[in-house]
Amino acid sequence: MTPVELLDPTSERQPATRGRTLRPVSLEGRTVGLLDIAKPRGDVFLDRLEELLAARGVEVLRFRKPTFTKPAPVDLRHEISVRCDAVVEALAD
Amino acid sequence: MTLPEGLVVFVKASCPTCQTIVPALRRLREAALPLTVYTQDDPRFPEVVEPVDDTELGHSYQAGVEVVPTLLRVERGQVAETLQGWLRHDWERATGVPDLGDGLPEFRAGCGSRTLDPGLPERLAARYAGDRLRSRRVELGELEDVFEAMAERGWTDGLPVVPPTPERVFRMLAGSRRDPREVVAVVPPDLAECTVEKAAVNAVLAGCRPDYLPVVLAALEAACTSEFNVHGLLATTWAAGPVVVVNGPVAARLGMNSGINVLGQGNRANATIGRALQLIVRNVGGGRPGGVDRATHGNPGKYTFCFAEDEAGSPWEPLSVERGLAPGASAVTLFAGSGVQPVADQLSRTPESLALSLAACLRVVAHPKLAMTWDAVLVVSPEHARVFRAAGWSKARLRLELDGLLSIPGSEMVRGAGGIAEGMPRGVAGAEIPKFRPGGLLIVHAGGTAGLFSAIIGGWASGAIGSEPVTREVLE
Repeated sequence: MTPVELLDPTSERQPATRGRTLRPVSLEGRTVGLLDIAKPRGDVFLDRLEELLAARGVEVLRFRKPTFTKPAPVDLRHEISVRCDAVVEALAD
Repeated sequence: MTLPEGLVVFVKASCPTCQTIVPALRRLREAALPLTVYTQDDPRFPEVVEPVDDTELGHSYQAGVEVVPTLLRVERGQVAETLQGWLRHDWERATGVPDLGDGLPEFRAGCGSRTLDPGLPERLAARYAGDRLRSRRVELGELEDVFEAMAERGWTDGLPVVPPTPERVFRMLAGSRRDPREVVAVVPPDLAECTVEKAAVNAVLAGCRPDYLPVVLAALEAACTSEFNVHGLLATTWAAGPVVVVNGPVAARLGMNSGINVLGQGNRANATIGRALQLIVRNVGGGRPGGVDRATHGNPGKYTFCFAEDEAGSPWEPLSVERGLAPGASAVTLFAGSGVQPVADQLSRTPESLALSLAACLRVVAHPKLAMTWDAVLVVSPEHARVFRAAGWSKARLRLELDGLLSIPGSEMVRGAGGIAEGMPRGVAGAEIPKFRPGGLLIVHAGGTAGLFSAIIGGWASGAIGSEPVTREVLE
């Protein structure tokens, strides 16, 4: 039997993997971004989180995706990455 | 392979014209001209000129021979002249041998080159022009079962796929005039570029015929627009997947089903075009159930969901025309659909009664107390369409009537109403709520000629927050 040769149907990508940024040991003096993905009631969760963080003196910045069905726009991702030390993304419903 | 200098002739023994001109070939040899004769079938034919065996057809393929005999005059590695068949005066002029054709007829047409025999062009392309294909070659071991090997690599949707050999991919690519290297779309979720070639590889996997490829490419382009948002459609926990509605002459040309069992199994084009799109999302885009595909249930249409509108039997303009394309143009319309809900109404003989039935059933798309967020396709059967045709109802009239019937008091829709917690925010209690956003209800005509039934294909998060139906012309 002759060996079969096939063409690869995949994207043949070898995505470069990047390690995650280490979690900060403490939030003291840090800025935390809260990203609302625009699903109903995500704000309920994030509002409470903001209260808890603010009570500990952590600076909080709020962000919101235009719609939960699409990835966050690249500009929004960039803004979060340069303005925040950590981010919490809320899924809801 | 480079061509030898001088005169180069391609022949085959089974060609009567080639047999006829053997004396001329002998005379060229006797004239001691630089002559090379390639023979495509019998390696000894014609013995008088010591032919070069080209039964593997590599020389003929590389030279692009379409007819035997073909005479090439090669100067400094370039083809200076090409003659096909036997034309006595042309051969005498090109060779510079004035009595070359003495005793031979003035003209004899040639025969087809063996390189064009059925099945051979793609086999020769794979053998001699394989570098035109860029996809990685995956060589399977002799003891591997090819179907098991493809399944193990994760290339399938769970059903067996057709092995994408270079020969089959070449044959598939012949179905489109587009350059195999052209990027058709950037496919989510990995945002990987999909070339015509990659689409063709997946179309082979799906079981497509080459003439389906232009429809697959149009569907892929439409699916990967920001408006259609196949990324979100893949990722959602909702049951939906891409539905492809085909309009225009391409549907009949491909033998697509728009009649009996139109949304069901059994038609190759319907089955494999929708499947090819899903396999591209899976293989090129990297979208897989349990990965980015988070559907709670999914639906069987996520294997494939593609059908043609019955335009010939329709009382109305085709969906593609309604959506702005010229009549007679072939098109695909992509819809984010969640499955089929049949509608039974065997008693309505007036359009008013039938519209009320359809509206009542359309109201339950997703949930009877949710509105504006889910689109729908209403697939009207020929027997139901007959009721509207007889009454002179245009599609616009039907939509207008449905809009009226599907304008629902907010008090019935709000959270808690009817003892159901689910519903619209309380603030809309005093308003009339349209079930569908403007443009959110598509109407097509399809199905078997027997059955006072229609069908509803429910949608997904609609419009800018989710998916907008997208129509694209099929370029053949």
